[in-house]
Amino acid sequence: MRITVNGESIGLEDRYTVWDLIERYHLADRPCAVEINRQLVPKAHHREHRLTEGDEVEIVTLVGGG
Amino acid sequence: MTPQLQVSSDSLLTLGGHTFASRLIVGTGKYESYEIMQEALDASGAEVVTVAVRRERLLDKSGRSLFDFIDTDRYTILPNTAGCFTADDAVRVARLGREILQQMANPGQDWVKLEVLGDPQTLLPDPMGTLEACQTLVGDGFRVLCYSTDDPVMAVRLRDAGATSVMPAGSPIGSGRGIANPAAIAILLEMLKDPARGGEPEYPVIVDAGVGAPSDVTTAMELGADGVLLNTGIAHARDPVQMAKAMKAACEAGYLGFRAGRIPKRMYATASSPWAGLISPIPGE
Repeated sequence: MRITVNGESIGLEDRYTVWDLIERYHLADRPCAVEINRQLVPKAHHREHRLTEGDEVEIVTLVGGG
Repeated sequence: MTPQLQVSSDSLLTLGGHTFASRLIVGTGKYESYEIMQEALDASGAEVVTVAVRRERLLDKSGRSLFDFIDTDRYTILPNTAGCFTADDAVRVARLGREILQQMANPGQDWVKLEVLGDPQTLLPDPMGTLEACQTLVGDGFRVLCYSTDDPVMAVRLRDAGATSVMPAGSPIGSGRGIANPAAIAILLEMLKDPARGGEPEYPVIVDAGVGAPSDVTTAMELGADGVLLNTGIAHARDPVQMAKAMKAACEAGYLGFRAGRIPKRMYATASSPWAGLISPIPGE
């Protein structure tokens, strides 16, 4: 399936979870939050939340700002 | 001319359920390096620092993170919704920021600095979008610190919508133009804080944005603001660490000055030394 992560289109095997995606990008130990199709997916749901074709995923963190 | 605001007996700042000794809130953006930021934050004496929510850079795994340089046991993190131009986007960003701060167990997880912008050039807030987002976020359990214009009526509307604090801009973000309209800030403070005007003396008002010089911070505090939020004025100063110290001193000076109660302005002089006992003649007498 194909999904979009932070504006980039990527191909993934089926049954891929949000947690798999976090691990793919080595973000497991970093403060980050995930939104799919404009809805927040809380960290407690990352392991069971399966991605589906066409999902638009945002993975965000905190950066310097005013 | 300046309205006389009631002075609180408590010198601590209570903001959104948190209590702080420092009345300066500083941003963490635009620093030349994380090291300089870290030193400047320390020198500012701030206990609250603002951060922004942005896409994770997925290809730069070795990159250093902001939180390698911010002690989250020391600072309460205030996430912002900077860069959002619609109420919906600001609400999304606020929720994402909260999700991250919950993971970090930082006390800032219950609040947000709400910015809904109306124009990319001036970065002026969109009052309608700000009000709409404020209502949604208050309903969602957030304590909302609302970046606003210095319009006193808008400030009242945001307060009535449940904003924990209204944060009027002194002048446009990053402009360094200081408190462009002190009279507007003074009236806004009166309407939010004077019981005779339906206000509440303890309602916190933070002047946010536009600070260029320490005197700008002092001006805001002398007017009766509860605190000042700034970023660029420190981060882009020639020596950010020295400027952070100056801003800290300026904030304390302005606050003490407000509490002490300044003298009214007069057209003419009033002599500080007595007329009585002069050995020389006074012209015209």
